[in-house]
Amino acid sequence: MKTDTTAIDIDRGKGDFFYPEAHVRDAGVGLSERTIHYIADVKEDPDWVREFRLRGLKTFLEKPLPTHWASKDLEAIDFDKIRYYLAPGTEPKRSWEEVPDDIKRTFERLGIPEQERKFLAGVEAQFDSEAVYSNIKKAVGEQGVIFVGSREGLKNYPEIFRKWFGKVIPVADNKFSALNSAVFSGGSFIYVPPGVKVKHPLQAYFRINAENFGQFERTLIIADEGSEVTYMEGCTAPKFNTPTLHSAVVELIALKGAKIQYITVQNWASNVFNLVTKRGLAQENAEVKWIDCNIGSRLTMKYPSVIMKGRKARGEVLSIALANDGQHQDTGAKMIHSADETTSNIISKSISIGKGRATYRGLVHVPKHLKNCKNNTECDALLINATSRTDTYPAITVRGTGNAVQHEASVSQVSAEQIFYMQQRGLTEAQAMSLSVNGFVNDLVRQFPMEYSVELKRLIELEMEGSVG
Amino acid sequence: MMSSVANHEVTKSGSILSGPSDSRDFPDWFRDQQRAAWKTFESLPSPTRKDQAWRFANVNLLDLAPYNISGPLSEDDRTNVLKYSRGLDQFAGRMIFVNDQLIERDVVSEDLKRRGVVFQPLERAMVEHSDLFRKYFMSTEATLGSAKFAALHQGLVSSGTFLFVPRRVEIEQPIEIFHWLRHDNMSIFPHLLLVTDELAKVTVIEHFRSCNLTAPGFACGVNDLIAGPGAKVTYVCAQDWASNVIALQMNSTTVDHDASAMSLNLHLGGRYSRFESLSRLIGEGGRSDLLAVAVARDQQEFDARTLQDHVSPHTASDLLYKNALDDRARTIFGGLIRVEPHAHFTDAYQKVRNLLLSDDAEANSMPGLEILADNVRCTHGATSGQIDEDELFYLRTRGIPTKVAQRLIVTGFLDEVIHRLNQPAIAEHLHRLIKERFSD
Repeated sequence: MKTDTTAIDIDRGKGDFFYPEAHVRDAGVGLSERTIHYIADVKEDPDWVREFRLRGLKTFLEKPLPTHWASKDLEAIDFDKIRYYLAPGTEPKRSWEEVPDDIKRTFERLGIPEQERKFLAGVEAQFDSEAVYSNIKKAVGEQGVIFVGSREGLKNYPEIFRKWFGKVIPVADNKFSALNSAVFSGGSFIYVPPGVKVKHPLQAYFRINAENFGQFERTLIIADEGSEVTYMEGCTAPKFNTPTLHSAVVELIALKGAKIQYITVQNWASNVFNLVTKRGLAQENAEVKWIDCNIGSRLTMKYPSVIMKGRKARGEVLSIALANDGQHQDTGAKMIHSADETTSNIISKSISIGKGRATYRGLVHVPKHLKNCKNNTECDALLINATSRTDTYPAITVRGTGNAVQHEASVSQVSAEQIFYMQQRGLTEAQAMSLSVNGFVNDLVRQFPMEYSVELKRLIELEMEGSVG
Repeated sequence: MMSSVANHEVTKSGSILSGPSDSRDFPDWFRDQQRAAWKTFESLPSPTRKDQAWRFANVNLLDLAPYNISGPLSEDDRTNVLKYSRGLDQFAGRMIFVNDQLIERDVVSEDLKRRGVVFQPLERAMVEHSDLFRKYFMSTEATLGSAKFAALHQGLVSSGTFLFVPRRVEIEQPIEIFHWLRHDNMSIFPHLLLVTDELAKVTVIEHFRSCNLTAPGFACGVNDLIAGPGAKVTYVCAQDWASNVIALQMNSTTVDHDASAMSLNLHLGGRYSRFESLSRLIGEGGRSDLLAVAVARDQQEFDARTLQDHVSPHTASDLLYKNALDDRARTIFGGLIRVEPHAHFTDAYQKVRNLLLSDDAEANSMPGLEILADNVRCTHGATSGQIDEDELFYLRTRGIPTKVAQRLIVTGFLDEVIHRLNQPAIAEHLHRLIKERFSD
């Protein structure tokens, strides 16, 4: 059987444009208590959220930049020149028709095809910091699934929201999660009732469209007992000359027997600092799986984590990073085992092109008195040019007997024989190189939903252009 | 073999924190260096757990206030220690230090001397071979976290071993060095400077021991190994300090073109024992093997930090560290393979394996890679596991009691590393030490 699939036409050049901004609400430049009160006023936050924001600000100002282990490039961020909040002044839209035309045009340029919109269960599209458009397919709504913007979640479902919000990633987790806690706006809130298996992936597109503006979305996903959900997040951004900051917080909660799969394709413009905290909590028999692709941005620091809190919980991180000239992909995974018979798996593949630098940073923690915990970590790095750089910094702590942990990493380059062989068969060197790189990531990409794997392969090909010769 | 007992007098004793002593008969330039190093020591901050180079380490144990510089030894001290300084049956030369004082020196054969081998205590070499000495003494910066302790060492070092092996000279039997800690709360600063010229070959084994099995003490040693072009250098450290000793050892190995260096560190004793090993491959065709075995028990903490630094293209390095952990022991391994820009065609391996024998033991592994060149082959691996129940069952069905079977499996696990040395006499000695450790 053969099905026709048209390749999704994603061209990075197409993200390289922007429309005039018409922001009604603007908190100005820089960060102070005044900014926080402004945001809280505009968003009509309840008192506990305002307190939460102020606590975030205090922690953010207290904590030093983590440059004792992280890239010194962080010092290039001028926190006083960033606008921390602005919104188009529109409430989240219910139907496609209500979406403003120029925003629709933006999506058009991003290449979200018409049929895909129908296919997808719901599209949560974020334009700047407010969710502009959110539409949940009727079937999903009927199952009792809540899929709304984080603000609406806070307003309409306070009892679920407050119970889990900030519980997996506390305010003081790190400097950037504290910043997000102070100024968060936008992002998704998802609740899947017990036993409900959401067939189609829920999807959200994020986009930055204001110079010097940081985006601080906050996503909270709760999968109740025995439910299943897949969430997809993809990013593109127009190119600006001054650094832009993106610092999101994503919290996942998989209750007993639930499964959450969270997929990210990150393709920010090459001036964006992408400093994201992502963590999932897996209760008994639950599974949290992060699929993480990092292709864009200037510096990405992102280490999706899973805390396996219940017996037989499972955590998984599949990660692909592509670092081209001027980029540093500092990615990895954290696996915290805190119950018996928990298993975790980390597979990371990175490709460094030109002067790009890819870093894997990992943490695996198995405390004492746990039985039959297993972790497997594999990191493979591919170097394309002589100037490319790759690093691996895992940290593994194992206490007690009865657990098995293994870590393996390798660094290699495309073999000259392979390239020669393909050139013999009539491919150009660039084509051969591209084919090799796709082969290197293929077994990981295959695990992605179809439309993402196609998109990803196209993106890799685009990045590989001009990297040889 | 000739035997000569050094008899220089040590007059000063007191807390190590009172700084370098002026009473020793050192050249002025060396004194100046010591004073400068002491200033560096005082100016550098104490390590904290937040420093990446000290992550997981129990830095609270590094309080230096209780430790003293030893006064003169009694005749009784000397004869007793001499009696217990048993290592290998055959050796080419031997030095025995007690509290940093040389009590015995078995010099190398007349033949080797004639061919230019220098085997001298540090204080003599710095006078008689000052050019060579000054060129290499503490010439590599301590970059793996212990800059402060390297400065402390340089400020207070009072003796040690200088060994120079000239071009094409091969010393068949190993050179043996003993460092003893005697009396409570003593501190020592063992030093070894080994320089080999082109195509030379030598093996050195250092024994670190305490006279009293529970006496607290502090050891802060440096060993610098320089493998000249085409030279073959083997270094073995057999560390068996008393259970209350705090020990730091900083090693740097420089491997020139077509040279090969192999080091094996056996860690058995001490309360906290940190070992930093920096291997720099500076010439094509150079190869460095870094091996280590630790048997960690009770409250012991072994902290190993390594760097395989590939500076030149076409170099190879291979690291294998194995830890067996029992009781509440902890081990830390922080290792890095660094391939510098232009060091293409590097072949580098790194493997750390932890065998956990109790529920309270903790193994921390941080194997790292930094690759700034291409056409490299680098892999690293870290595993942590426990004794295979099937293996244990098999041995028990053969009538071997559980305890013995466990010991057999652990010894077998550690043996792989020692075999890599390919030096049967040394391997046998290390085996004996491990066996004694298990029968304590």
